[in-house]
Amino acid sequence: MPDAPSDAVLDATGVAKRFGAVQALKNASLQVGAGQVVALMGANGAGKSTFVKILTGVLKPDAGHVRIRGRDSTVSNPAGARKWGLVPVYQEPSLIPDLSVADNLRLGDTAMAPFRHWVSELGLPDLDPDALIRSLPLASLRIVDLARALAIEPDVLLLDELTAALPTDLVERVLRVVRAQADAGRSVIYISHRFTEIAAICDRATVLRDGLTVGDVKIEPGIEERIVEMMLGGSVAAAVTEGRTARPLAAAPPRLSVKGLKTGTRLTDVSFDLHRGEVLGVVALEGQGQDELFDTLAGNRKASAGTVEVDGSPRTFSHPADAIAAGLTLVPGDRAHALLMSRSVRENIAIPLLARFRNWGAIRMGEEAAKVAHAIETLQIDTRAQGEVRRLSGGNQQKVTIARWIAKGVQTLLLFDPTRGIDIRTKRQIYSLVRDLADQGAAVLFYTSELAEVRLACDRAVVIFNGRVVDVIDAKDADEATLMRAAYGLTGKVPA
Amino acid sequence: MRRWIEANTWTLGLAVLLAVLLLATKLIQPGFGASGLDSLARAALPFALATVGMAIVVIAGGIDLSIAAMMAVASVTGAVLMDGASDGQSLLIVVGVLLLGLLMGAVNGALIVLSRVPDIVVTLAMLFVWQGVALLILNAPGGGAAPWLRAMVAGGLLGMDWLPRGIVFLAVVTAAIWLPIRRSRLGLRLYAIGSDPLAAFRSGVPVGQTRIIAYALCGLFAALGGLSVTMGTGIGEPIPGPYLLASVAAVVLGGVVLGGGRGGLLGPILAVFILRTVRMDLTLLSVDPNVAAIVEGTIMVAVVMFGAVVATRGRKP
Repeated sequence: MPDAPSDAVLDATGVAKRFGAVQALKNASLQVGAGQVVALMGANGAGKSTFVKILTGVLKPDAGHVRIRGRDSTVSNPAGARKWGLVPVYQEPSLIPDLSVADNLRLGDTAMAPFRHWVSELGLPDLDPDALIRSLPLASLRIVDLARALAIEPDVLLLDELTAALPTDLVERVLRVVRAQADAGRSVIYISHRFTEIAAICDRATVLRDGLTVGDVKIEPGIEERIVEMMLGGSVAAAVTEGRTARPLAAAPPRLSVKGLKTGTRLTDVSFDLHRGEVLGVVALEGQGQDELFDTLAGNRKASAGTVEVDGSPRTFSHPADAIAAGLTLVPGDRAHALLMSRSVRENIAIPLLARFRNWGAIRMGEEAAKVAHAIETLQIDTRAQGEVRRLSGGNQQKVTIARWIAKGVQTLLLFDPTRGIDIRTKRQIYSLVRDLADQGAAVLFYTSELAEVRLACDRAVVIFNGRVVDVIDAKDADEATLMRAAYGLTGKVPA
Repeated sequence: MRRWIEANTWTLGLAVLLAVLLLATKLIQPGFGASGLDSLARAALPFALATVGMAIVVIAGGIDLSIAAMMAVASVTGAVLMDGASDGQSLLIVVGVLLLGLLMGAVNGALIVLSRVPDIVVTLAMLFVWQGVALLILNAPGGGAAPWLRAMVAGGLLGMDWLPRGIVFLAVVTAAIWLPIRRSRLGLRLYAIGSDPLAAFRSGVPVGQTRIIAYALCGLFAALGGLSVTMGTGIGEPIPGPYLLASVAAVVLGGVVLGGGRGGLLGPILAVFILRTVRMDLTLLSVDPNVAAIVEGTIMVAVVMFGAVVATRGRKP
């Protein structure tokens, strides 16, 4: 481990924090010097979120200290952190939905002129300052949030999963701007699961595992494997067969056949077949109609044209219950929409089961418990905090949303970006889980915002651009460059 | 201009509805004129002030069930102290009662913020506390009110019979307190904590402090409402009036979202007058009061539903 730079702008050493029985942080350290971008990495439950909360003063550490420019930090809330020159941009935009962009700036005493400069620098020159926050798409909100932070001209910028919801073109601009901040002598703490981004802009990476800082490495070519090793704790990561070849398709009618589907203004004409035992990837840039596609298949929206056939017979869904009855199950992108946050892990997994177990009377506790326990074990859900789902980490919450369908048994699973903002270990668990489900005969539609996942998790992928299917690519050919070109509509190939 | 109309469609709609209702009143009762308007204003005044207080708390993401009880405390405190007091003394008493309102509201807010017990539970408990306090001060209607106070809400302004002093009083008091707040950072903060408390906290808003201020403002308007009861009747009324549910109803009808963060004060004030006018019209038509209550409830649901339908229609391209 290299020595901490003596001129560290931010220096956190020996930070520990316990919540009841859970020791979230044991001994976490982080040093960031002027002009550096330092990646903070770690698997789910490694203590990243707790560490960020301590750095920004939301929580007080039980032990250890945080020094900013050599002085012990007395930061006790985000407003205080800002006085110390530390400005965080959180995973969820911290903007007030019912106020306009300009009022949000006024609320935080942020000047308009530098904000406008950064917003256009970041690729949204046409942003209307009088627009209500709740009328803006998520990607724009993240840009607004970042531009607001940049306008404050912080010494230390803390970026938590900033690019998770951004389309590719905006990601590039954001990375350029962040790097330029460091080159101008500021410090950046960059939290991300995406190695390509870390390789592009970070100087060093600090790796957390189980509440400990287990490594502080310089970013250089080939460092990814070492970082993964450190995050996984030496246990060799289960290798996932890459580039699987498309399996011969069954002669039976496809499980799900979509023809000429049109919904709203974004989804104009989408057709594909999804077979039993197949994981079909869906690749699209932000806002190309994928949200509408999944909503329609799940019965949340009505199609305005086209047909959906399940096992060869045409169906129309006017309610999610219709889709569920036809064996189509949606795992939404937003975990908060899928889970009962204040109920237990067990109840959350059992909810879809209730319809089956209801037997003119009480819930059969024994049978329910056995199925739920099986699902928890299969998924290796961390159940230390199982009393309330909202106290689980994001990755574990995502596992619960999938676990409930394993317990129930599933015919067609619609996964909408199931691995967003999740660490690599959990991602791999989810890939192999999806594969197991497919091997058991389920058909899986898998939308992902991370192109590299197509090779790891899917058999084929349909690429949607501008509301239409523009390409179908086998997993073995699905390298990121090919997918990217197709996603931008640059390949002329139209599927038969 | 278009944006302003879009943002205030609901309020404009309420204004049109009120105008239609007043016209209908004139048709039902051709004699309806300045004196009718005056009595309407006087009857509506305590409701309107309670509604303004409630609207502020609801905008900030809370609710205050103790509002009518606080009004009773203010009403009896003012009436007991003013009984036989000189004009100068009664002015001091009015100021004192307003401070008492601020204090009661701040106590509500501080209990919610410090105890972290849900607002609905805390203010329900405080409803009983303030009720008890009011009855301890005065166990039956009584006391008095300074004549100059009573004159503030009676009759027309400067000989203009069609402009009831009650309405002028309401407009002046509300504008004097709310407009400076609405234009300051405090106003933004009130909307911010109602809209998304976590995002507000992260934007550097002192959430707890702002919440206490919201409840204190509600207490201040409750005190004004209580005083207006005494001003209208000349005595203190220790039993809380029907202001709690009526204020919540007017807040909802006025376009303030119960979850917080959206809406203004003009809409709820118009809604108070709409609800009072409907009641007056039904009385003029000699409808059974029980049937009148059913009609009022139905109108409320219908108007809010109609608004929701219009809003969804408008969003589609």
